Amino acid sequence: MEIKIKIENLSKKFGTFEVLKSVSLDIYKGEILYVVGKSGSGKSVLLKNITGLLQPDQGKIFIDSVNILEKSEDELIAIRKKMGVLFQMAALFDSMNVFENVAFTLRRFSNFSKNQIKDIVKQKLEMVGMGGMELLFPASLSMGMQKRVGLARAIALEPEIILCDEPTTAVDPLSGAAVDDLIMRLNQELGVTVIIISHDMESAFRTAHRVSMLYQGNFLFTGSVEELKQCEDPVIQQFINGRAEGPIPII
Amino acid sequence: MRCDTRWYLQRFELTCRCCFDTDILLSVDVGFLLMGIMNGKSMGMNFFIKVGDAVLNLLENVGAFSIFSYQTIRWIFKRPFDGKMLLQQMNEIGVKSVPVGVVSAFFVGMVMTLQIGGSMEKYMTGISSFLGGGISLSMVRELAPVLTSILLAGRVGSSMAAEVGTMKVTEQIDALITLATNPIHYLSVPRFLASIITIPMIVAMAVLVGSAGGALISNLVFEVPLLLYMDSARQMVRVSDLISGISKSYFFAAEISLVSVFTGFRASGGAKGVGSATISAVVLSFMMIIVSDYFVTFIYKLFGY
Repeated sequence: MEIKIKIENLSKKFGTFEVLKSVSLDIYKGEILYVVGKSGSGKSVLLKNITGLLQPDQGKIFIDSVNILEKSEDELIAIRKKMGVLFQMAALFDSMNVFENVAFTLRRFSNFSKNQIKDIVKQKLEMVGMGGMELLFPASLSMGMQKRVGLARAIALEPEIILCDEPTTAVDPLSGAAVDDLIMRLNQELGVTVIIISHDMESAFRTAHRVSMLYQGNFLFTGSVEELKQCEDPVIQQFINGRAEGPIPII
Repeated sequence: MRCDTRWYLQRFELTCRCCFDTDILLSVDVGFLLMGIMNGKSMGMNFFIKVGDAVLNLLENVGAFSIFSYQTIRWIFKRPFDGKMLLQQMNEIGVKSVPVGVVSAFFVGMVMTLQIGGSMEKYMTGISSFLGGGISLSMVRELAPVLTSILLAGRVGSSMAAEVGTMKVTEQIDALITLATNPIHYLSVPRFLASIITIPMIVAMAVLVGSAGGALISNLVFEVPLLLYMDSARQMVRVSDLISGISKSYFFAAEISLVSVFTGFRASGGAKGVGSATISAVVLSFMMIIVSDYFVTFIYKLFGY
């Protein structure tokens, strides 16, 4: 299988705290990969490194065989157009309404006419179940709704890679399932590569092709959902079954 | 003998602050302080660490600000050019600031005339016929550019810093980056351009309105005919004064927008962070305006303006 994103020996420290300890991971084209782990295990840091929001201390990140860490800010713009990112708190532009948020990249980077942009935005919003809410402002939406708009914004330019930071957290179970379905549909229909950062195991079991577990700055496990369920490692068993007792310290 | 470095550190700071009268006391304090450091006492060390940190922090901020300013100017020439955003910002920064700039200038012109005219008339009758020149000259050269810029730093700078700061702490700036948009290009460039286009215009208005305020009071209080006021202004205010005054406001406008957006970008830690970014934006803008006013004027004087 073709490798879409390759992470090699990535390390990131904050002060003296080593969040990522030389981690390596291959993400294949067209797969849905869940990166799971308890809060504070470095999942979001990993995602921010892939998107270039954080610079790692060491290591390499290849997207389509291009090392993004060697690229200038200007060159990164072209690479970022291939990516859509859904933030944990949606990070919608609060000075813009839903329509303007979703149309943001379309207006800036595409040659579509006003009417075409209108149609695309309408279609993307309908995909995430937010049709007809174009004129609302983010402040008047619930977190679940904001996340769905955030997803519509992330997919507006039809990216090759979608990165989601906890898409189902703080979302009601129905919206969560709808987001999962949408991600699966995008993956099946358009062959989009998806990386999801999450600790929602139910959602991972439902959607993931592969799951990687981050634990104490390293990948403890990477494999299919079936392999994960059968893995006898006590740390993994404790995590996927959500037990308070076990080897993982709960602070 | 007290070997508590914390106590000596406090003494040392106190003596420094209170304009010490005995050098011996200071040297004794420094001696104990150094002794504490040599013994590895944490407080003595901390003092130097704190000073070092503050210096490094200052240098880091100056460096970051210089890079940020350079980037803003570099990104002006890059595509896509967001004309709509520029117009929006010109409305926010310029059009909406007209009332505050104009009203303040009018009253400053009036109060200056009252003060100067009143004081001068005591010593020399008839000197108020020169009020037109005096008031217009001070409005053109100093008051309009500096005062208007300071007012706008409060009005515009605080709102820019708060807006950008809020975007920073709510990850909206990260979102911009992931949407392949350079935040300096999207946020700083339009604000910078809008500021340097509109603020000098408001300063020019302030010059006119301030002088008009002066004319009104000269006429009503000191009975100077309007034509005499204008004639005096025409004789004393040269084109070079106008160039000096208005061109200064370009520097101030650039300072306000760059400092405010920069402090917004560096906000961190939620609402409190946004609050401190806003305060820094306003205070730094004020200081930069006043300090740079001196240096710009000094340079102009060197060249005979």
